[in-house]
Amino acid sequence: MHVNLVDQYVRGTSTIHRLDTRVKVTATLLLILSVSLMPAGKWVAFAFLWAITLVLTAAAGIPIGSVLRRSLIALPFALAALTLLVTVPGPPLLELPRVGWTVSEPGLVRFASILLKSWLSVQIAIILAATTHLTDLLWALNSLHVPRLLIAIISFMYRYLFVLAGEGFRMARARQARSAAPAGSQSTGGNLAWRARVTGWMVGQLFLRSYERSERVYQAMAARGYRGQIRRLDPPPLSPRDLMLGALPVTAYAVILAAANWC
Amino acid sequence: MLKNVSHHTIDVTGLNFSYPDGHQALQSVSLYVSPGEKVALVGPNGAGKSTLMLHLNGILRPSAGLVRVGGLQVTEHNLGKIRAWVGLVFQDPDDQLFSPTVFDDVAFGPLHMRLGAEEVRQRVRSALAAVHMSEYPERLSHHLSMGEKKRIAIATVLAMDPLILVLDEPTAGLDPRSRRSLIRLLAELPQTMLVASHDMHLVAELFHRMVIMDKGQIVADGVTESIMDDTDLLEAHGLESPCH
Amino acid sequence: MIGSILSALPLHIPDGFLTAPVALIGWLFVLLLIGWALRQTREQLGERQVPLMGILAAFIFAAQMLNFPVAGGTSGHMLGGALSAIVLGPWAAVLIMTCVVAVQALLFQDGGLLVLGWNILNMGVLTAFTGYFVYQGARKMLGNTRRAILIAGFVGGWLSVMVGAIATAVELAVSRTSPLGVALPAMAAVHSLIGIGEGLITAAALAFIAQTRPDLLRFSARPPATRSAGWVWGGLLIALVVTLFSPWASPSPDGLERVAEDQGFLAKGLDPLYQILPDYTVPLVKSEAGATILAGVVGVLLVFGIAYGVAWLRRARPSSS
Repeated sequence: MHVNLVDQYVRGTSTIHRLDTRVKVTATLLLILSVSLMPAGKWVAFAFLWAITLVLTAAAGIPIGSVLRRSLIALPFALAALTLLVTVPGPPLLELPRVGWTVSEPGLVRFASILLKSWLSVQIAIILAATTHLTDLLWALNSLHVPRLLIAIISFMYRYLFVLAGEGFRMARARQARSAAPAGSQSTGGNLAWRARVTGWMVGQLFLRSYERSERVYQAMAARGYRGQIRRLDPPPLSPRDLMLGALPVTAYAVILAAANWC
Repeated sequence: MLKNVSHHTIDVTGLNFSYPDGHQALQSVSLYVSPGEKVALVGPNGAGKSTLMLHLNGILRPSAGLVRVGGLQVTEHNLGKIRAWVGLVFQDPDDQLFSPTVFDDVAFGPLHMRLGAEEVRQRVRSALAAVHMSEYPERLSHHLSMGEKKRIAIATVLAMDPLILVLDEPTAGLDPRSRRSLIRLLAELPQTMLVASHDMHLVAELFHRMVIMDKGQIVADGVTESIMDDTDLLEAHGLESPCH
Repeated sequence: MIGSILSALPLHIPDGFLTAPVALIGWLFVLLLIGWALRQTREQLGERQVPLMGILAAFIFAAQMLNFPVAGGTSGHMLGGALSAIVLGPWAAVLIMTCVVAVQALLFQDGGLLVLGWNILNMGVLTAFTGYFVYQGARKMLGNTRRAILIAGFVGGWLSVMVGAIATAVELAVSRTSPLGVALPAMAAVHSLIGIGEGLITAAALAFIAQTRPDLLRFSARPPATRSAGWVWGGLLIALVVTLFSPWASPSPDGLERVAEDQGFLAKGLDPLYQILPDYTVPLVKSEAGATILAGVVGVLLVFGIAYGVAWLRRARPSSS
């Protein structure tokens, strides 16, 4: 078992790192929204969008190779759109003789466009995650009217993720250490139901530990004056410079989007 | 740093406490700690040390008896004041440090005392300086070592400018070097102190007075040196003298 | 073979696979639901709300990483919506799963940001309510034995994943990414297998908790009548999804090939959505996207209108009877 809890965050001092988080979050969402509004098949426009994304990635000092590798995460979901190839009516491009399916040209365009959109969106999301700590991100969301209680809950989750993942990891290792196999057998014993049941016990055990910890944490909060209100220092005011910097890529995307719709 | 110097006492009389499941955790416990005094609280697991400590901060309320801190009875009405006066440091720093960053955690207490932004920042700075961790405000809590976590945990209550520190097992789980530097830190701090510990070397080194609890009762209360010499008493309550 | 499909068809929808209007409707739903869930859990848990919800969200995250080997080098794990709903009630589970799914998207790009609303609905809201109500129903029928807990937990866990998968298929279909005739049977088939793992783990975890801390299961043992609002809201939510997909679900699934060949299916499939308001499409909005969003908004308003109506009726009844 592998605990994949590595933050995407890359330490840095680039302009994008230092940009006001509220601006960054808003810009990210607007960029992804523009990508999703792009009409299918406008390959030149897609290329421009990608170029801007690459410029942003480079400006943030994030290794482009790692972004590209990471951006493949959504690829398996392409299976869900695969049927578009054969279900969208249009001039046939390719016959699959044995099953009698026809790949149509508009079908291929739709399919490729969905994949491109997904791929671009992930890259944009990575830029945000790589230049912003989740803690900053969360409180920026507060300025965007995400409920304060929800943000407080998520920051608790983030804090205890590592504690509980560590506990889970140690439990899994203890299970592994006791999973003997008969000589010459690859199996570590038990059928599927039994293995799932052992995992279920571990989940139950982890639940109880988490539940009991939450009680102690509540006491520690109460001991420092917590009475149900979440208090935070107010964020500094938005600077016009940050607003303008954030508006740059958004405007560029919007222009490309408009051009793609009209040309 | 200390206001109301004349009032930081702990005064517990005839305290009884039973948990909702009926288990009686404390039985007529009485304890007086005078201003500036540092007292060790020892006893086997389940003796009621942690339960007693939770009473000093109003997290648990007595089934019977009186708890007064700094001359004030612990009541719903006084809770805000009491919690600012009594800094309670839990045994597991992962319980105490519940915010993602060190700054957020140290600022939590002052923010909930409704102090102004500049005052909060100032308190965080001086609390971190007091535990020699001034470089740490931006760090993420889950990246800290055990020793660092223990220090930050103490800073989280120092930022509330407490009169009294109540610590549960401050040296548990520390390697020798972190333990040594934590003992030095505890010796530096001027507050009235009640410290629960299994670490008999720590008790012998730092505390002039010790209190032994067993099965929810105080069974001994006196000068550390003479109690440590009474091996029969120690053995009767599952404890060992540090000399052996 | 099965293994590769299992790991290839997760429920986390990435950005790009749902159209912008569909994605935004998801956000609308989820924001209303989260607001309600925050209120409900605050009433239920008081000051403990924030630490308990936060730490249990971390628990679900950690529990999702506890893999167990299935076959052929693949492994199964738990989603957790059903388990948390059964133990803590559906609204607490909605909050917990919202946090888990949101952090997966923000930190690890597991699932898109624009489509996050639907991902939260599929994996958080629907799994929670399905798991909760199925468990409650099954316990009512089976009684209070250990066997009843196991069976109810298994069925609740299994169905929760199924409902999440079916909803995902519907969303893909409404976005015209995949015709329902293909997406529905495919998602349902794959997740009927994935759901087995969910069911087994949920049942085993419940049995463990019942054995060591039976007091924690008191929430699920409490008669649901005391929380009628939860029933109404949850019921409506499930009803909404069921009505969304039922027009397409009834024709006999004749296998992937035949449905895929039937190229008119998609257009036919979308018809029922527009039948809610038969003649607005032509004069008001020309584009399909506009029509979809309008239909969605009208649908949301309708459902919430009904919800308020039902809630009002339920409140009024005691005084009139």
